[in-house]
Amino acid sequence: MEAGSATVDRGKLPVWALGLIPVVLIALALAALVLLDGPGLGERNGVPLEELVVEQTTLNPGEIELTVRNDGPDPVEIAQVSVNDSYVPFEGAGEVGRLGAQTVTVPYPWIEGEAYEIFLLTATGGTILHEIGAAAETPGVDLSFFGLMALLGIYVGVIPITIGMLWLPFVRRVGQGGIRILIALTVGLLGFLAVDTFLEGREIALSGPQGFGGEALVFIGAAVAYLALVGVDSYLRGRRKKAEVGGASGSYLALLVAIGIGLHNLGEGLAIGSAYASGALALGAFLVVGFALHNTTEGLAIVAPIADQEVKLGRLVGLGLIAGAPVTLGAWIGAAAFNASLVAFLFGVGLGAIIQVIVQLWPMMRSRLDGSLSPGVVAGILAGVGIMYTTGLLVSI
Amino acid sequence: MSNQSNPDTSKRVSRRRLLAGGALATASLPLLHQGVPHKGIHEAIAGAPANAQGGGHHSAGAQGTTTAPTGGGDGGHLLHADFRAGPEVDHAANGFNPTEMLRDFDYGTTRRLPGGQILREWDIVASDKEIEVAPGVKYAAWTYNGRVPGPTLRCTEGERLRIRFTNASDHPHTMHFHGLHSAVMDGMPGVGEQQGGGQILPGESFDYEFDADPFGMHLYHCHTSPLPIHIAKGLYGAFIVDPKAGRPPADEMVMVMNAFDTNFDKGNEVYAVNTVGFHYQRNPIRVTRDELVRIFLVNMVEYDPLNSFHVHANFFNYFQTGTSLQPVEFTDIVIQGQAQRGILEMRFPSTGLFMFHAHVTEFAELGWTGFFEVVD
Repeated sequence: MEAGSATVDRGKLPVWALGLIPVVLIALALAALVLLDGPGLGERNGVPLEELVVEQTTLNPGEIELTVRNDGPDPVEIAQVSVNDSYVPFEGAGEVGRLGAQTVTVPYPWIEGEAYEIFLLTATGGTILHEIGAAAETPGVDLSFFGLMALLGIYVGVIPITIGMLWLPFVRRVGQGGIRILIALTVGLLGFLAVDTFLEGREIALSGPQGFGGEALVFIGAAVAYLALVGVDSYLRGRRKKAEVGGASGSYLALLVAIGIGLHNLGEGLAIGSAYASGALALGAFLVVGFALHNTTEGLAIVAPIADQEVKLGRLVGLGLIAGAPVTLGAWIGAAAFNASLVAFLFGVGLGAIIQVIVQLWPMMRSRLDGSLSPGVVAGILAGVGIMYTTGLLVSI
Repeated sequence: MSNQSNPDTSKRVSRRRLLAGGALATASLPLLHQGVPHKGIHEAIAGAPANAQGGGHHSAGAQGTTTAPTGGGDGGHLLHADFRAGPEVDHAANGFNPTEMLRDFDYGTTRRLPGGQILREWDIVASDKEIEVAPGVKYAAWTYNGRVPGPTLRCTEGERLRIRFTNASDHPHTMHFHGLHSAVMDGMPGVGEQQGGGQILPGESFDYEFDADPFGMHLYHCHTSPLPIHIAKGLYGAFIVDPKAGRPPADEMVMVMNAFDTNFDKGNEVYAVNTVGFHYQRNPIRVTRDELVRIFLVNMVEYDPLNSFHVHANFFNYFQTGTSLQPVEFTDIVIQGQAQRGILEMRFPSTGLFMFHAHVTEFAELGWTGFFEVVD
């Protein structure tokens, strides 16, 4: 009786209100703390920390433009700017709040190929140094640029991957054991890409502001992508059971592989685009050939799981686009709006997607008898890593 | 503060471009340091009072420079180094203005001693004070009488000098004069402590007393260790001993070449004459054509071994240390190590704007640049 009445009492308030009470209380407590200026806490301990990070450098004829972000806990005021030990008139002075950004525009007769050292002098006399290794004009982002990047994406993404998928007839004839080895090869390819994506993402994260999370963004992106794909996976499985359609896991897996590779290629595009934007990309046949060879093997990875299925040509093209087109998208983002924090997160997303795909593929490589990895499978994994490593040598952005 | 350099994407790039992209018309880029400074000067002082006229006097070329550069819109050209457009430093808050400081000679107070000798006295107080050395840039300085450089103490050879020094700073300091005096009066920590000299601790006072000798252009500075800090922080000033017979009448000014290590990395960020970078570029020193100009020049820059003074379109007689009435050289440039000093005498034969600057051009473009504006 007692317990029963207590339940009824509790039931007087709706559940959502019970959930909201602590939230309201913490909001009130924090508001009071702010309004009373943190009673008993006193001033900050020590001198303000000035941490400005140069996020983006744009070189136009006769002009240097820096986008800086305040990466520290205290506001920073930019008072003066010097280029190669020369004070210069500039625009964009003033206070930059925590995590805020500011664009500093300096008219300066920079010379192509030469190095520049810029320091921002803050109101407290602190200096934030920024080096430009070799000055080159930042390409304008216009229609022809978008066209160029689209073409590049098709050359190094869509075409090679689609061609790689033409291994499908070959894959169909190699038999069960052969498919296992090809799946292992795919896992090897993807494993290499996972490590590569992680290292790249980490490097980019470290080069940018740390205030938004830095390296953690790569892990957050990976977790988000992995969990999202796991969720999608279980949702699709659920639907499949309801529809009582079996045996479609191959084409479904192919889709997952294509998505994973697509997200990885988004990162590849980002790297291409940002390198192009900083004027450091050799847009030559060499780059295209390297990337094309590198990415052709990705086509094989997509078709390996669908070896035993009838697949329409349109579907293959669709898979090729999913895997390859993100190169173009990445290149657009990388060149037009490079942001280290965003890019690090996207690399994380690519990483998470690839890991999820590897997890999906893993059972398919194992022996049906005892679940072990046969020597052929292990060799396949190693061959995949080797292929990626070798073709990767052809492209270093 | 964070001093790290964060490489942007271009730094990560391991390969330089193989295909030259859109060719850069380097020819269209203007030279950094044009030979026609007056165009920029008028822009620079556009918001400042009075001095903007006189543009018709100088040599050609100004019009060509404004069209040469490309890009960047209105601000896309650079005639010479300068701070950003905008407000000057707050001279009132600093408590001194380099334009006034230039011709500000502190003669102290005098009375005749029983023996007939003149006693000249000053009160000097050392204190800690934040000053603005470039627009918007504050520096925690140590000062004599609230200014950097300290007051220009001026006297005549043979006089008895008494400098009543009080240390109101949080740190021990001294006053060490370049000149002839006894060991107790040397302002050297550890020397003459028994007699009250040596290190002068916070809250303490000491009277430095000696005869003005020899005549010349001298200086004083704090001699407390760590010496580089005590000098770099601003504890120095000019000390002029005139010869008994005096010098020919002239438009006299004192220039203390100094610099500030605002980020404490043992290298200077702002260079100047009389503390505020580019002050005389933005506020040219007005002088009269053909009138004798006498400059008392001393180098007090810390962390850099040499400094120099160069004036455009003119030559001067240089009196090394000012201890002889015969010039040692007729030149347009003089190089000084720290505490080296001299007297420059020149006349400007034509009107117009004439730059003067350190011919250590790095210093020039970090603030040590000014203009004479010669008028009739």
